[in-house]
Amino acid sequence: MTASREAGSPQSPGAVQTAPDGARLAVYCSGALRRLARLAAAAAVLAALMVADILTGPAMLGLGDVLRGLFVPAHADNMTLIIVRDIRLPSTLMATLVGMSLGVAGVHMQTILGNPLASPYTLGFSAAAGFGAALAILTGFSLPFLPWLTVPLSAFVMCVLAAALVFAFSNIRGMRPEIMVLAGIATLFMFQSAQSLVQYLAAPEVLQAIVFWLFGSLLKASWNNVPIVAVVFALTSLAVLPHLWQLTALRLGDARAAAIGVDVRRLRVKMFALVALLTAAAVAFVGTIGFVGLVAPHIARMLVGEDQRVLLPMAALMGAITMAGSSVLSKLVSPGGVIPIGIVTALIGVPFLFFLILRGQRRHW
Amino acid sequence: MSFQIQDLSVSYGKTAIIRALDDHWPKGQLTALIGCNGAGKSTLLRALAGLSPMQGRLFFSGRPLSPEDQRRQVAYMPQDTSAQSSLTVLEVVLLGRLGNLGLRLPSGMADAAMTALDTFGLTQLHDRQLDEISGGQRQLVFLTQALFRRPKVLLLDEPTAALDLRHQLLVLERLRQIASQNGTVIGLAMHDLNMAAQYADRFIGLSGGEKIASGATTDVLTSDNLRRMYGIEARVTRDTADNVQVLPLRAV
Repeated sequence: MTASREAGSPQSPGAVQTAPDGARLAVYCSGALRRLARLAAAAAVLAALMVADILTGPAMLGLGDVLRGLFVPAHADNMTLIIVRDIRLPSTLMATLVGMSLGVAGVHMQTILGNPLASPYTLGFSAAAGFGAALAILTGFSLPFLPWLTVPLSAFVMCVLAAALVFAFSNIRGMRPEIMVLAGIATLFMFQSAQSLVQYLAAPEVLQAIVFWLFGSLLKASWNNVPIVAVVFALTSLAVLPHLWQLTALRLGDARAAAIGVDVRRLRVKMFALVALLTAAAVAFVGTIGFVGLVAPHIARMLVGEDQRVLLPMAALMGAITMAGSSVLSKLVSPGGVIPIGIVTALIGVPFLFFLILRGQRRHW
Repeated sequence: MSFQIQDLSVSYGKTAIIRALDDHWPKGQLTALIGCNGAGKSTLLRALAGLSPMQGRLFFSGRPLSPEDQRRQVAYMPQDTSAQSSLTVLEVVLLGRLGNLGLRLPSGMADAAMTALDTFGLTQLHDRQLDEISGGQRQLVFLTQALFRRPKVLLLDEPTAALDLRHQLLVLERLRQIASQNGTVIGLAMHDLNMAAQYADRFIGLSGGEKIASGATTDVLTSDNLRRMYGIEARVTRDTADNVQVLPLRAV
């Protein structure tokens, strides 16, 4: 025990409050600025795609018409106003909000499950929503006074029910990620079977309506439902704000996160509930749109890393860019008609993801 | 003035892992936890950090330690260094002060973290991802993170297991300095008895979840205790600098 006592006197690592070192700070700040610049660039791309989405459609509108319709309605004609403000803008906003919701929900799922393959749909939420929608379409039931809300509400309720089922099962085993995934996959298959049964029982014209819903489409967007998705997204984002660093810490694994003060179980339960809400709200109005929630988080991670203060907004932007880009493409591919966006999202997202994987040197999971 | 453990027991289901353990770890000293695999060293450290359910009481400077005190004042570094994460080294160190982090980093926090990285010569690695560096470097990063918390009680599970000899010496020397300069209570589980004998002020030996012995090095590192703890025959001698040396002879 004696040898060490005569050791030199390097600074105590416990007493790290030294005078600021400009050079070191500059190194850190340059990294932070680079990430902020990438966020700004992504926001600019999204803004451009949103304008392009409003521009694209069977009615040939010019950029001037669209900008006038959006920002100077007094100088736009009535038809342009209706097309821009009542038809295309809700659809564009819905694409953006759903993309943002699925991107953020994807990050949460991958973080709390510690699994790069997780997405908002891993735990069976989309299958449940699909069953809810199919059931409502099959029965033809309609809510008094709010008929437009019948199918979305049924999808939403089934989604929340699936979440409650997965939670009840996982909670018995301490919300361990592997149990959550198992419970989620079981729920997924259960609701997929129920969905198939409804499709089997449906008459051909009803079946067509169900299948169209399941494809995912922005045609259902309107000023009735866009604010609902926006409010859910805003509230769930506010609820996440106090936990950004805790979520970042969770990427070190449960044991290390707990060792630095994260209440892992509580955090997992809270994020699970938020993901259920985000996914249910997004899916209820546009149908099942796969891929965005899986890939947007990975693209965001490649661009800005793991710090959730930047990762979450970037995942939201990447989800929205994928959706807005897909929306534009779905209208361009079939002039005069619209291919359901759920079909296009993977087609546009996969090449971009491959490009980033091939270009990057680093691992991102 | 010390960290006092009173009648501490830990059970998983009906299996008792630690049984009715009493001990006190003085401030400013290194206490080495020794014992064979499965003796209960890691479980004890986790319980002291508030990460495993336990029975018993803990005191710091004579005052009972609440779960909230445990979270704020006790830092624990797990043994495993295999974290597969693309967090950067700097982010990992910053997470040491999780409670102080917000949307904007507090003034001077990033610089303090960079300075902390200097402690073990890791500054150049600050923007490297955790999964891009070696296991030994990761162990140093996690150690830096634990130190960055500025804890009153620092619990380290085999903190030198992944390190080369030079870094083992460097780490243990630094831990000694931190203990003596800041009055930190440091408890560390170790398998290298000779390294522990060179740096630890006192020992606690465990076997089957029970305390076999605790106290000064010479009181704990005896042939009889080593036989009881590890099931080995060993010769215990002193070198020219009066350090205790253990020479394992055979398993019994």
